[in-house]
Amino acid sequence: MIYDTAIIGGGIMGCGSALRLAQGGQRVIVLDQGDLGQGASGVNAGTLSLQIKRVKLMPYALKGHACWEAMGKAVGFAKTGGYTLAFNAREAALLQERQTLKAQAGAPIEFVSNNQLRNGEPNLTQQVVSASYCAEDGYANASLTGQYYLGKLRDAGIEYRERCEVTAIERDKNFKLTTPQGTINATRILLAAGAWLKPLAALMDVHLPVQARVNTVTVTERMPPLMSTVIGHATGLLTMKQKANGTLLIGGGWQGLGTPQEGRGRVSVDTVRPNLALAQYAVPALGTARILRSWTGFEANVPDFYPLAGVLPGVEGAYVLGCVRGGYTIGPYISQLMGDYILGREPELPLFDPGRDFKEGTI
Amino acid sequence: MSDRFDIIVVGGGPSGARAALAASAQGLNVALIDEQSAIGGQVWRAKNASILSAPKTHETRAGDALRRDVLASDITHIEGARVWQIETGWTLHVLRKDVSSELTCKSLVLATGAREYVQPVPGWTTSGVLGLAGATALFKQSLTPPGKRTIVSGTGPLVFFVASEIRRLGGEVAAVVTPNSRRDWMRALPSMLGRPALLMRGAIWVADLMLAGVPIYWQRVVTDVSGDDQVRGVSIAKLDQNWARTSEDIMLAADSLCLGNGLIPNIEAAHMLGVPIRHDHALGGWIPETTEDGGTSIDRLYLCGDGTGIRGAEAAAHQGTLTGLCAAADLGHGTVNLQKQAKAKWLKSARFGMTMTALSIPRVGQAQLTTPETIVCRCENVTRATIEAELNAGAQSSNAIKSGSRAGMGPCGGKFCATAIAQLIAQQSGAPVANIPPATPRPPLRPVPLSIAAGSFDYDALPIPKPAPL
Repeated sequence: MIYDTAIIGGGIMGCGSALRLAQGGQRVIVLDQGDLGQGASGVNAGTLSLQIKRVKLMPYALKGHACWEAMGKAVGFAKTGGYTLAFNAREAALLQERQTLKAQAGAPIEFVSNNQLRNGEPNLTQQVVSASYCAEDGYANASLTGQYYLGKLRDAGIEYRERCEVTAIERDKNFKLTTPQGTINATRILLAAGAWLKPLAALMDVHLPVQARVNTVTVTERMPPLMSTVIGHATGLLTMKQKANGTLLIGGGWQGLGTPQEGRGRVSVDTVRPNLALAQYAVPALGTARILRSWTGFEANVPDFYPLAGVLPGVEGAYVLGCVRGGYTIGPYISQLMGDYILGREPELPLFDPGRDFKEGTI
Repeated sequence: MSDRFDIIVVGGGPSGARAALAASAQGLNVALIDEQSAIGGQVWRAKNASILSAPKTHETRAGDALRRDVLASDITHIEGARVWQIETGWTLHVLRKDVSSELTCKSLVLATGAREYVQPVPGWTTSGVLGLAGATALFKQSLTPPGKRTIVSGTGPLVFFVASEIRRLGGEVAAVVTPNSRRDWMRALPSMLGRPALLMRGAIWVADLMLAGVPIYWQRVVTDVSGDDQVRGVSIAKLDQNWARTSEDIMLAADSLCLGNGLIPNIEAAHMLGVPIRHDHALGGWIPETTEDGGTSIDRLYLCGDGTGIRGAEAAAHQGTLTGLCAAADLGHGTVNLQKQAKAKWLKSARFGMTMTALSIPRVGQAQLTTPETIVCRCENVTRATIEAELNAGAQSSNAIKSGSRAGMGPCGGKFCATAIAQLIAQQSGAPVANIPPATPRPPLRPVPLSIAAGSFDYDALPIPKPAPL
């Protein structure tokens, strides 16, 4: 049995690409070292906010939002709108500069008056100096990613293997992948293993300069309604939303401990505390909410913080997709582009050459 | 009070308290942190201070002796305190009287004890249903029976203890229902003969029940609890050797039910700190890997008591002494001789404890008692049918079930549903439960108010990193 494409990594990137390839007639298989969608795809805070996307990735993020909206209830999608707050003059200047550029890039971001803000979110602190609003913002439930894509793969008749870590990759006529569940043969491979891309590429002696951030997320017990939109901070260091069930999810990219090579990351009290402090500063009534869980997820990136999406340098038939800044939001869309590219079609928007010089401003 | 110690022991039950006493006796500066207001743990729980006098029981005597010893020692006893976060090295974040403080130590001993397993059956969340072990807390602390007319159901010796305590406190026991057969007990007899005092206590419980004419339903199980606001009746059925139902239900009237299926080690703290875990039915399920003297793969982290496997209170106390001595010796205090004595006592009492644990080892039929409509995760109201839908959709692990169904995402963090969920996964996949580890544990160890976790802060002093690339 030789698959057309074997995809290593069963998160949004890998599963999304698999679906596109299968639609294009390919026979594909998805391999994951753990369970599908339980890495960064499943443990991030689920924020869908154009206000925290990079300017040059805005067209991809807009398309990504449309994908999530189409996935709808099955992924817990909610378009609530979102506010980004500045609490002092320095943050206000930062907010002004950044949101203006993002609005120019196509995000429907506007600045709002204090009264508009109070009407929208009456429980916010009085300390807000400036705020922007984006009606397109919202969230989905990242916990449901695995369940969603598992169902989609099954519906499409796509094979997948969980707890199936690839430990060696050989290349002669085809790729031969060594796994605990036997050897997988494939004409092409797509590396979509997020924070584990670096060791994976190293199996083929390719160096990818991938690093992992260890982002922390915290959830509270169910609370009475405290907020109805996604609330962020000018620096991007707070994202917060209250789910329909009343729980509050607090993130913002505060760094935990550990590396992908060690397995799961660890929460650091030293960074959770300022994250929660910032949340409480924004919405003082949060102080009484009990924290139930904090956890971490690995967000992969390369030095220029733009995606890897294209041919793996120097290995014919091998592709890589990952390190997408805002990967949860953009993943369902950019994985379609990746699928199209592997199918030999022209992608709707350009991909990001993994062989570029990361030091120069090549994007 | 200084916040730096040589050794901190978490958990003031027989094991933790004895570990603290042993280390303290070697001249070390020891703190003993416990959630309760008095030493004794669940098993030797102290009476509420408002109870001026009450007849002494075996448990109160054992607990009083332990409390006296701790009082007479140099141990810093930090009562009514919750450890909500532990950082390697060791720093403990401790919540007490609405204030969180940080305590540090060179070596850490976790004696986190056990919790109860209740196999979910229809109606088990009805008001008036208590855990068997939970009921003992009520007796020990408040001298209160669980209702007017109580059915007591469960495995092992605890079911007889609870029934006889209810009678002692003036309650009526409508019936004792136990999945164990008389033959199960005959098999346990040889190792019980080595502990005549304990055997005698058990015999007195059973004799008391028989003399009072309380029906004992051997090899039977509670299949259903009826009642809307309060328990009205309990259905029971006969079981075969594998604890599968072999008869129609009969209905017994009662206003309360004590229900339990043995104990489960509290492993979350050790697991979260990175101690590898393994499954052993004979010790109550998932246990952390330790050496006999309580050492772990993590430097200066020790574990003892029921949190390392269910061996009973007496064994836990000896194991605590052994572990406390070992932790002290690793800091350069103490001798090997005392350790040898403690180890011999521990191993002897552990044999008896494990014989009792064996009576509660789940059997294949047990999972079937949880019907499709039965709530499995009571924090999030998730039924067996919902979990099975997840399984049928391809979820194959505790983590996948949790993220897909929310089972285990509530305030208890999955402590009460993990075992039942693993059973369901095992049943559907055909894999043994030993291959189905619990979901990844998440801090904090206990729910903690956000304002306390955040601590006091000055906005301008928050360590805000530079913003993300534009």
